[in-house]
Amino acid sequence: MSAFVSLLVRDMRLSVRVGGGALMGALFFLIVVTMMPFAIGPDLGLLSRIGPAILWLGALLASLLALDRLFATDHDDGSLDLLMMGRMPLELAVAAKAIAHWLTTGLPLVVITPVLGLMLNVELRAMGWVSLTLLAGTPALTFIGLIGAALSVALRRGGLLLAVLVLPLTVPVLIFGVAAANAAIVGPAPFGPPFAVLCALSLASFVLGPVAAAAALRHGLE
Amino acid sequence: MNLGQHADFVIASYAVTVFVVGALVAWVTLDYSAQRRILGDLEDRGVTRRSRRAGKYQR
Amino acid sequence: MPVIDLANPTRFLGIVSRVLPWLAAATVLVFAFGLARVMNAPDDYQQGATVKIMFLHVPAAWLSMMCWGVMSVSALGTLVWRHPLADVAGKAAAPIGAAFTFICLITGSLWGRPTWGTYWVWDARLTSMLVLFLLYLGVLALYWTAEDPGRGSRAAAILALVGAVNIPIIKFSVEYWNTLHQPASLFRKGGSAIDSSILIPLLIMAGAFTLLFFTLHLAAMRNEILRRRVRSMRLMQAQELAEARS
Repeated sequence: MSAFVSLLVRDMRLSVRVGGGALMGALFFLIVVTMMPFAIGPDLGLLSRIGPAILWLGALLASLLALDRLFATDHDDGSLDLLMMGRMPLELAVAAKAIAHWLTTGLPLVVITPVLGLMLNVELRAMGWVSLTLLAGTPALTFIGLIGAALSVALRRGGLLLAVLVLPLTVPVLIFGVAAANAAIVGPAPFGPPFAVLCALSLASFVLGPVAAAAALRHGLE
Repeated sequence: MNLGQHADFVIASYAVTVFVVGALVAWVTLDYSAQRRILGDLEDRGVTRRSRRAGKYQR
Repeated sequence: MPVIDLANPTRFLGIVSRVLPWLAAATVLVFAFGLARVMNAPDDYQQGATVKIMFLHVPAAWLSMMCWGVMSVSALGTLVWRHPLADVAGKAAAPIGAAFTFICLITGSLWGRPTWGTYWVWDARLTSMLVLFLLYLGVLALYWTAEDPGRGSRAAAILALVGAVNIPIIKFSVEYWNTLHQPASLFRKGGSAIDSSILIPLLIMAGAFTLLFFTLHLAAMRNEILRRRVRSMRLMQAQELAEARS
């Protein structure tokens, strides 16, 4: 258990350092959400209606960009090889890295969501619900993205290939995340069912993600 | 055969299908000829595959 | 001839050379028969003759799914059973599946224009097909951009398996999404009570497309095996040159 925790702590420490990019994700989220009204127009009524969708898209893109870093630096300095040779099962090691990644890049997104919601005129009472859907959904984005990151590190193609591989797989998360967020705001459709499915998707990705990513690392780097 | 008022769409659909299937058939056929040609070329120049060269190292 | 012979590339090539002409002939025959039945099929009382597009659209959709199934089985062969021809099978299937998905999307769009009024509708089936097409493009990217073909094949195999798990989830989520955002569709979904005068041509066309898939797949596998031979011969040649110089 302590190997798992120390890997987690190590990854968190590395990513909050200057070159780590932990807060870059939140900054990118802010910028993307700022860009949206320039394209859509300042109509507050319209913005508040599509606010949850904009927040979810921004979080998705911000998560995506940060995924590149997940394995790249370890691959470059050889620590990925050490992890693969070590005694801890690779699936657990990869899961530890994913948890650390979510804590340092995913969680900040959830934290600044209320501020961004204000910019998009999302109703105050609904802000909590939207943040809750992001809290439940961003782990799924990280763990699914894990698969793409593992596949592309072995091929050394980086960023855009990662996005091409990961985005179609995140469609269900996006659909149910926005559905739950909208249900909280608009009202008639219940919040429960889509939120439950969202949580189920996250839980399922905790298993599928590390298993597939470990397989990708093993087969790609052998 | 009367295809009705939207005949253009039906014809276009079949045309696109024929085109894509044709492209697949062409790809498979042309690729085959190209690979055979290259293989023939390499063999003419005396390049062999590993399985035939096994004898050389046993001397 | 025992099945194990299929694992030997040279034997496999021999089998393909013998089987392929028959498969191709069978494909042409079944297509001819199917198209004849299609021409005589009755018009739909709502959609008129545009229902004839369904005879292309639905088989293409079925085949795009079946092809992903073939890729998934090949992926298991590559990663788990270590069958020598498994990754060849997967790599050969991917472009064919992508092409069928493309046909499904285009014919769906052309079917939508006269029946729904627009070229693209975000209905559940077309949208699921679009996401499937994107997944195919991802697999193709892995096969074709990898410097080392072995690595690319293994990565693509993993994505094929991940996709196999995810595609039902994606379909389910897209159908859910569709019920949220659209009122009940005007288009009577073809699933309910298809008359046999429409069903039989549909099944014949599906059979024809399936034969087409297997014909193309075997031919593409043959090409891929030859391509790998060329590559290993060229590497051999380069190695000899390097040795001769040292």
